[in-house]
Amino acid sequence: MPTPAPAPTLRSAVTAAVGGALSWLLRPVRAVALSWRRSLQARVVMLTLLLSALVVALVGWMLLRQVTDGLVESKRDASLQDARQGFADAQGFVDSTDPTNLDPVQLLSDLFQRLNEPGAASGQYRVVLTGPAGQWRSLPSDAETIPAELVSRVEQPRPLGSAAPTAWTYTRIGDATAAGSVPAIVVSSQVVLPSDGGTYTLSFLFPLGEQVDTLNVVRGAMLTAGSLLVVLVVGVAFLVIRQVVTPVRLARRIAERLAAGRLQERMQVRGEDDIARLGMSFNQMAASLQQQIRQLEELSRVQRRFVSDVSHELRTPLTTVRMAADVLHDAREEFDEGTARSAELLQAELDRFEALLSDLLEISRFDAGVAALELDEVDLAEVADRVVTATHLLAQRRGSTVEIRTAGRPGDRPSGRPGDRPGDRPGDRPGDRPGDRPGDRPGDRRCVAEADVRRIERIVRNLVANAIEYGEGGDIVVTVGASDDAAALTVRDHGVGLATEEASMVFNRFWRADPARARTSGGTGLGLAISLEDARLHGGWLQAWGEPGNGTQFRLTLPRRAGQMLERSPLPLVPADARRASVGAAYLMPQLRGAQP
Amino acid sequence: MTQGATRGKVLVVDDDAALAEMLTIVLRNEGFEPVVCLTGDKAMGAYREHRPELVLLDLMLPGKDGIDVCREIRAESGVPIVMLTAKNDTVDVVVGLESGADDYVVKPFKPKELVARIRARMRRFDEPAPESLEVGDLTIDVAGHTVRRGGELINLTPLEFDLLVCLARKPWQVFTREVLLEQVWGYRHAADTRLVNVHVQRLRAKVEVDPEQPEIVLTVRGVGYKAGPA
Repeated sequence: MPTPAPAPTLRSAVTAAVGGALSWLLRPVRAVALSWRRSLQARVVMLTLLLSALVVALVGWMLLRQVTDGLVESKRDASLQDARQGFADAQGFVDSTDPTNLDPVQLLSDLFQRLNEPGAASGQYRVVLTGPAGQWRSLPSDAETIPAELVSRVEQPRPLGSAAPTAWTYTRIGDATAAGSVPAIVVSSQVVLPSDGGTYTLSFLFPLGEQVDTLNVVRGAMLTAGSLLVVLVVGVAFLVIRQVVTPVRLARRIAERLAAGRLQERMQVRGEDDIARLGMSFNQMAASLQQQIRQLEELSRVQRRFVSDVSHELRTPLTTVRMAADVLHDAREEFDEGTARSAELLQAELDRFEALLSDLLEISRFDAGVAALELDEVDLAEVADRVVTATHLLAQRRGSTVEIRTAGRPGDRPSGRPGDRPGDRPGDRPGDRPGDRPGDRPGDRRCVAEADVRRIERIVRNLVANAIEYGEGGDIVVTVGASDDAAALTVRDHGVGLATEEASMVFNRFWRADPARARTSGGTGLGLAISLEDARLHGGWLQAWGEPGNGTQFRLTLPRRAGQMLERSPLPLVPADARRASVGAAYLMPQLRGAQP
Repeated sequence: MTQGATRGKVLVVDDDAALAEMLTIVLRNEGFEPVVCLTGDKAMGAYREHRPELVLLDLMLPGKDGIDVCREIRAESGVPIVMLTAKNDTVDVVVGLESGADDYVVKPFKPKELVARIRARMRRFDEPAPESLEVGDLTIDVAGHTVRRGGELINLTPLEFDLLVCLARKPWQVFTREVLLEQVWGYRHAADTRLVNVHVQRLRAKVEVDPEQPEIVLTVRGVGYKAGPA
């Protein structure tokens, strides 16, 4: 059953074809527009071309007009002179004839012959003789060309005995529609034939062919001269602008190289003109930049060296203290109560001190820009597994369960008390599935990203430890998810939550939600700051969402391939349960976007 | 923590007197017999005098630094060397390992951690049963701690020997770096895989005919290492 092609298809095909043709036509226009915008040289040359062409055209037009006027004027004067003489001659001839000769046709023919003879011989003019109301015509084709308006002017009634008036005008002779027609001057007057008393209109046609030829020659010459002039001016403009643009372009190239880090690049300076001085200033700027950058590099090197030295200098005595404390700690049962407790405190605080020192060194490594990635295939689900196993004891102590979910499949693999969570969707299967790896599940997308496993594990450990710390014994859910170009992990707790303005501050160094809690919590205060730097190093995001009384959610998003730009995360930042529970969460989003690196 | 029969002599080379003294206390508590040397220049003399079973060597020493001392000891003996380093940066660690150290401990370390590392390095003194292995054109006498190519003896450090034996015992198995760390170095948790990489390079330099095209210790890309066919 063949059906006719639907009209929209055809229409769109036509539209496309027209569009294609249009774009093909527009392409050179676009190219010109582009070079107009981008090239100073092209712009100046185009402007010069336009303006000089305009001026040359104007001057040429004026000159041509003057020449034309001059030529036509002199021809007209000569023609009128000739015509007047002709009229006088004609009237004289007519008056001198025998009035009894009653053959006006013969007379007119003679007259015509007499008048036309010299003009036709020299090619200067032709004569047209017409009778009243078309009674007689010498040359019908020429007669057509005598303007009616001129004839009517000549035929005006006039007082008896006065001389016949003479009138003239410009016209064209020959075939008016064809290119072969020639402008001409026509001079008319009237002749009264004594034999029949009839009034005949006598016209002299002076063709301007010669003048037209002259003008054509002049016009051609001017056109050639004008074109040459325009070409000359444009050429000069091109050369002049090249003198300016070439060093400017050179400066641009050198500036680009400087920007790319090749600080030793300099412009060549020749002479003492403005361009040379531009080059000198440019080179001074480059030298100054190079010096500043070298200073900064030196400073950064010194700083790095300092950090490294401090690290060494601090670590050696710390090791001694650490070992001494350990010896004391091991022997604490032999001490009295106060001394034994002191040994314990010493041991515990040394742990904190060590953690703080190593975090500080880590941060300073980020600040110095020496942190480097050791990339490998990292499965976020496996990392989450390891971290949850490692923090199991801590979670148990706080009374929290930590559960790992794969996006879209809630309820899998709880690590603590299984199956007693309220609000789980129906149909999910709570229960332990030991040894079940995410890659083994059918239809499951592995959350693999190219990343530094040590850093990623540190981020996840920080997030989970934080959630346990501030989760107030509530359930903690770690969700992993992936899209084609990003892998993500969220950690959700149901603790005190964060105020709107706090969500972006949690990553600040040594920031604590509640200053009163600072002494009791074990963290160094640098954990999230380090995690944020770790995420940034991967080109990833680390973001926080929180609501007072409704817990927090942290989201880590990593590009699957190192160096790729992240566009969106496979997991939502605001958890689904919070979205249902409140509208306040939505207002938080713009702020959090602002916190994205 | 009895002061009975010594578990072995340990040479401690560290310029920090307090740390050196603390190390002797801890080591003595663990039953080792520590000997202290405070400068790099005297380290070789002390080594020759005491012939320790293990050397604890600080990487940064005044005068002759730890790297040079490590090379000199290595030139003379395969004694296990454990480096003490304040830096965990790849360059420092790799340079230390390449100069011949078997293992390293980053300051500040816990005494138990250090003792575990020392014990792991000395544990090979539990003599194994006589056993002979073949890898490629090499013959390994496990009890006699010798490796021969044809009749020619190849001199390996105890660690390199352990690494080779570990691979040679199961030539059908590919060992991940983590497994090697556990079996050869005695790490129970994931540790620095750079240890494995550096020592495989050192081992290859000694046992391979052409280290660029190894036939004894083969790399299995993305997994780890395995022994070449016998």
